[in-house]
Amino acid sequence: MALNYLYPEYEVVRNYERCIACRVCERQCANKAHEFLPDLNKIVCDDAKCVNCHRCVSLCPTRAIKITASNNTYKNNANWSGKTIDEIYRQAGSGGVLLSSMGNPENYPVYFDKILLNASQVTNPSIDPLREPMETKISLGAKPHGIERDEQGRIVNNLPPRISISMPVMFSAMSYGSISYNAHESLARAAEELGILYNTGEGGLHEDFYKFGANTIVQVASGRFGVHPEYLNSGAAIEIKMGQGAKPGIGGHLPGTKIIGDVSRARMIPEGSDAISPAPHHDIYSIEDLRQLVYSLKEATGYKKPIIVKIAAVHNVTAIASGIARSGADIIAIDGFRGGTGAAPTRIRDHVGIPVELALAGVDKRLRDEGIRDNVSVIVSGSIRSSVDVVKAIALGADCVYIASSALIAMGCHLCRSCHAGKCNWGIATQVPELVKRLNPDMGYKRLVNLLTAWRHEIKELMGGMGINSIESLKGNRLMLRGVGLNEKELEILGIKHAGE
Amino acid sequence: MQREGQVRIPSGCAISGMIDKTGRRMSGEAIIKSIAVMHERSNGLGGGFAAYGIYPEYKDFYALHIFYESSAVKRDCEDFLERHFDIINLSKIPTRKIKEITDEPLIWRYFVTPLPTKLADSQLDEREFVAKCVFRVNTRFDGAYVFSSGKDMGVFKAVGFPEDVGRFYRLEDYEGWCFTAHGRYPTNTPGWWGGAHPFALLDYSVVHNGEISSYDANRRAIEMYGYKCTLQTDTEVITYIIDYLHRKKGLSFTEIAAVIAAPFWQTIERMEPKEREVHEYLRVMFSAQLITGPFSILVGFDGGLMALNDRLKLRSMVVGEKGDMVYIASEESAIRLIEPALDTIWAPEGGRPVIININNGGKS
Repeated sequence: MALNYLYPEYEVVRNYERCIACRVCERQCANKAHEFLPDLNKIVCDDAKCVNCHRCVSLCPTRAIKITASNNTYKNNANWSGKTIDEIYRQAGSGGVLLSSMGNPENYPVYFDKILLNASQVTNPSIDPLREPMETKISLGAKPHGIERDEQGRIVNNLPPRISISMPVMFSAMSYGSISYNAHESLARAAEELGILYNTGEGGLHEDFYKFGANTIVQVASGRFGVHPEYLNSGAAIEIKMGQGAKPGIGGHLPGTKIIGDVSRARMIPEGSDAISPAPHHDIYSIEDLRQLVYSLKEATGYKKPIIVKIAAVHNVTAIASGIARSGADIIAIDGFRGGTGAAPTRIRDHVGIPVELALAGVDKRLRDEGIRDNVSVIVSGSIRSSVDVVKAIALGADCVYIASSALIAMGCHLCRSCHAGKCNWGIATQVPELVKRLNPDMGYKRLVNLLTAWRHEIKELMGGMGINSIESLKGNRLMLRGVGLNEKELEILGIKHAGE
Repeated sequence: MQREGQVRIPSGCAISGMIDKTGRRMSGEAIIKSIAVMHERSNGLGGGFAAYGIYPEYKDFYALHIFYESSAVKRDCEDFLERHFDIINLSKIPTRKIKEITDEPLIWRYFVTPLPTKLADSQLDEREFVAKCVFRVNTRFDGAYVFSSGKDMGVFKAVGFPEDVGRFYRLEDYEGWCFTAHGRYPTNTPGWWGGAHPFALLDYSVVHNGEISSYDANRRAIEMYGYKCTLQTDTEVITYIIDYLHRKKGLSFTEIAAVIAAPFWQTIERMEPKEREVHEYLRVMFSAQLITGPFSILVGFDGGLMALNDRLKLRSMVVGEKGDMVYIASEESAIRLIEPALDTIWAPEGGRPVIININNGGKS
């Protein structure tokens, strides 16, 4: 083996007193970290191949395996961390851009964790969701400016097309190709059962999944992969992907190794060709061009579908959102810098964009200040990890959230952040048939339904505690929030008071 | 100590109201007796009344009731009024010195009509012009506060128990076809007269018992439509929501009730298709005007009165009828005291409005 200077980050620790040499670990590891030595009747490990995905840990029948962080260390240096040194070795060896997957793992502030919720005491009662109705249903889209009535004075329904869902959570865009057929099927079936929507991502739509159209958002990204009239008309809404929180400023990348069979057909590109979406939409160099695409899509679908414009949370996100709210779009999706991805340049993932909490607070305020908050609904994403993140996002002013990493974790993802390698041992971020079949869609879909059913219960409990029995009365209700350990500027941007005030 | 508006103060309360379905006028004596019996529901930190039909001789003019903290701000404010209105009559509001009510501000009343040139220049309709002027005074003139601005109606309020406030303002000397009353139980001591209730804008007045949990969602939504919530009270934001839905959006009071105390989705799903579509529309269109948390409110308006509970009925409210009279109060005792022999008495369900329209024989 050539000298690469790298010592493995993780160690596979095998307890030989427990190991029965059944070779499950060997068979399960697509990275070939485990090897059976027949002469010794013993399994050994190459730590350098381990991505710490926990597939072997989870499936070992005797719990003989665990993964620990390697405690091999360079000379201590507050400036040159081991990670930084390793990255230089890696680039000096390869000459390439560092690649990563999933969301930004660096130690930036998580504002959701510095916000606390209110509850009713004495002056008004908390409401018991086990005994009283507690409403989580929401409707997304634009609102007309005025009421219209017919000759008899009855109200005429002049609402533009909207999305109506059972709770303010949807599955965010993950393309067929970046994730597997079974993962897509799990998401689509779960969305249908939960009464919410999932999002195709930019890879087109597999012909088997058209039947989930009422629960589908179809995406149009800069590569236009898999976009045709039937596709556009098949979903409940259309999303224009301008940007993604994990990699603002660049387009989606899917390596040719994942473009096989059905994936190639859904994307309408040849097998084995890399699917590299352009960084910008080449028909959108400014806001007035976006308006043209919004209306092109509306024309193509007979003005029957709401149009979502998804942007990455970047520094001037408030001004961009204000422009989008005047562009004919019905919904704005804002993806924060912690959002996940199947593959992104590490430097971009870890250093470009801003936290979604601040972006959301700024956008909601700006749209209200300009009197155009009713023009659009706002969806936020970029690391919504639990029901309480949902509640805090809604109280800050979001109409709805998107989740993706949480959904993948529910299906078995262990956040090893190696999706770009295409060898997902959990059958999620891979197109290798023997790996894909490890994700049973019957179980994957059920676990997604369970997760959001649990979240819905928790959302109801949290709302009830605040004395609120409709999610609509939580939206933008920032008095229900208090900051802890935040400075005055952060509180001002979030538009909340500090705990104790 | 921060005053009302600089801090949000929750409070419990008593409310009472009475209306003659035929529009016949009565003295303010009875409403004082009614609210007095619920003395325990107030704590002496705020009381007030709204009275409709009390200025028949000036019924075409807006009656502005204003608190002033100094004669200097009164001069400034009157300059402003003179630049925008034709002032037909002005006077101190008659009061009676009683030991229970102290520290009163200067309390003045003006009967006005917008100057035609100013009104034309503003390109606003007359009521919007008046409302804008009221906001202007209340936000720009420190120490001046317009607390009543409707036609042929007036609000009378102060820091104190409501029965004392009634005697202070000589309410028994007024005759109207509808009165509402409020006794307040705030959870600290702002001691500011503007913070007492009813809260009013134009001819809409609201008395309210409860603490709404949707407050900030409602406030932030209504402020987008040009309203300024200077008091941070539930009653203020409810009044603006009603003004917005009725005056600006043209909803009927029945429709307004279906917005602010909307039926649950599960109820809407069981409705007939036509009715269902209207309710779905109202909930989606005015989702930010849904009010959750406990409330019972009496909404006075030009021509009538609406009583409404939150959709879970988390505050007590009963309605009694005797002949042409309809009585509504937090407690039955407040009705029985003034009308022991009622024809009917009932507690309206949560979210079901009781609307009395005097131009329509009392029907909604």
